[in-house]
Amino acid sequence: MALLNILKRFAWDTQELAKYSLKLFKRLFTRPFYFVETVEQMYYLGVGSLFLVVLTGTFAGQGLALQFSIELADFGSKNYLGRVMMISIVRELGPVLTGLMVAARVAAGITAELGSMKSSEQIDALTAFGVDPIRKLAVPRFWALFVMLPVLTIVCDFVAIVGGYIIAIYIAHISGSAYWTNVIHKLTLGNIIVGIVKPFIYAVVISTISTHMGFSTEGGTKGVGRSTTDSVVACSITILFVNFMFTRLISPLLKGIM
Amino acid sequence: MIRFENVSFRYGASPVLKNVSFHVNPGETVVVFGVSGSGKSTILKLVSGLIRPESGRVIVNGQDMTDASESEWQRIRPKVGFVFQGGALFDSMTVGENVGYYLLEHTDKSLAEIEAVVRETLRFMNLSEDLIDLLPDSLSGGMQRRVAIGRAVAAVDPLIMLYDEPTTGLDPISTKAISEMILKLRDVKKVSSIVVTHEIADAFEVTDHFVVLYDGEIVFDGRGAEMLKCPNPHVCEFLTPFLDSVRALPQA
Ligand SMILES: Nc1ncnc2c1ncn2[C@@H]1O[C@H](COP(=O)(O)OP(=O)(O)OP(=O)(O)O)[C@@H](O)[C@H]1O
Ligand SMILES: [Mg+2]
Repeated sequence: MALLNILKRFAWDTQELAKYSLKLFKRLFTRPFYFVETVEQMYYLGVGSLFLVVLTGTFAGQGLALQFSIELADFGSKNYLGRVMMISIVRELGPVLTGLMVAARVAAGITAELGSMKSSEQIDALTAFGVDPIRKLAVPRFWALFVMLPVLTIVCDFVAIVGGYIIAIYIAHISGSAYWTNVIHKLTLGNIIVGIVKPFIYAVVISTISTHMGFSTEGGTKGVGRSTTDSVVACSITILFVNFMFTRLISPLLKGIM
Repeated sequence: MIRFENVSFRYGASPVLKNVSFHVNPGETVVVFGVSGSGKSTILKLVSGLIRPESGRVIVNGQDMTDASESEWQRIRPKVGFVFQGGALFDSMTVGENVGYYLLEHTDKSLAEIEAVVRETLRFMNLSEDLIDLLPDSLSGGMQRRVAIGRAVAAVDPLIMLYDEPTTGLDPISTKAISEMILKLRDVKKVSSIVVTHEIADAFEVTDHFVVLYDGEIVFDGRGAEMLKCPNPHVCEFLTPFLDSVRALPQA
């Protein structure tokens, strides 16, 4: 019985999200467009997340390199470290890690901000002043993330690989040129496509879910807390799910150019 | 002019308004009473098209808005000033940006012109012009409420004003200032207004036409003197604490 209710609830939420997505997408390419807000959000969401992404990227890259170098040494193929690093970071770790970190920071921020605007009736006030809240609040956040998340992902990929380089030189004792030659060797079109398409999809996921959760917040301060948590959880799960589906369905199509 | 004809509304499964009919004549102020949750704010949201009725007709400014599209509502909203319960000031903007919000968003007026309107509005609301660059959070509750009224008025000259509990939780002096503001808007700008309030004494200052809601239904619609005769048990229940306090006053 409880399970049935959970399923019903899930179906209902999904349907609401789909309806909202449609409204949002209809407004993405039509005027009025709030340019100033979009630039502000780019700065706030993108530049504001830079430090976080650099930090997590470096540590994750180093951790990965440590593990790989130990394992590869057993096979006597330490010099391939650059290759495995490149593949695992550009295809999987970079996009997912950046997506999840940004989901944690940005989705929470967006949902909390819009949610408290909703519960203090500021959203209604916007409508009453003839301003469409989706255009004014959601569309700028959408475009800001759509532009900035791929950029952040590239930054994350880069620092993670540099992190691996530090491990390669000082701990695994691989020559720098061997590391970089291997890295470049795997910088193939297929890998680049996979690595760069994913963050665009995650940007859509994060901005759609977090703004929807904000707009549908009910029940005061407690409601804001609840929808903020739900938003981060929903974004994270969706990102991991989409990532899996992408790897399963799209990656094989690119096999020839990987 | 505002008219509701047999309007019903529900949130999800629970009915909030049931067959509500009443009207507000041009230039008239109507006060809506009712216990918490009786549907007062819901009525105001219907008048400004923030929600749509489930059945019945809503006529705003002489125009039947029942099946109006979003763009038709957009056209009429500039004429409807809405003072939200709790103010609903944009907390990321300064007082000046709040008051000038409509003009900033919808007109090509220069910043200097808008600032002039904002300053005039602040003066009209008996607020210091020095507040213009402050954030709403740094204002007292009474000042915030007046800024909220100012924001609704500065839009374009409104024909209709909706006040959702504009004086709740304020001291008597701020309350009086706001009541005067409501009268001033009626007399100077000739607006039709709906005032939702719990403060019966203050309500008599702004009008003599009262509507009492109980559980989503209108249980009284008429003059003040009639209302004080307790024509209906629910009206009576609502008025008793007030009448007791009137009786407790030393007879002059
Ligand atoms: N967004 C909403 N979703 C679901 N139910 C709601 C929503 N807003 C209001 N309600 C319900 O509708 C009913 C009427 O609400 P409304 O806000 O109109 O009451 P009110 O008379 O303004 O009360 P108060 O004096 O407390 O402001 C209440 O029972 C409330 O629980
Ligand atoms: Mg209310």
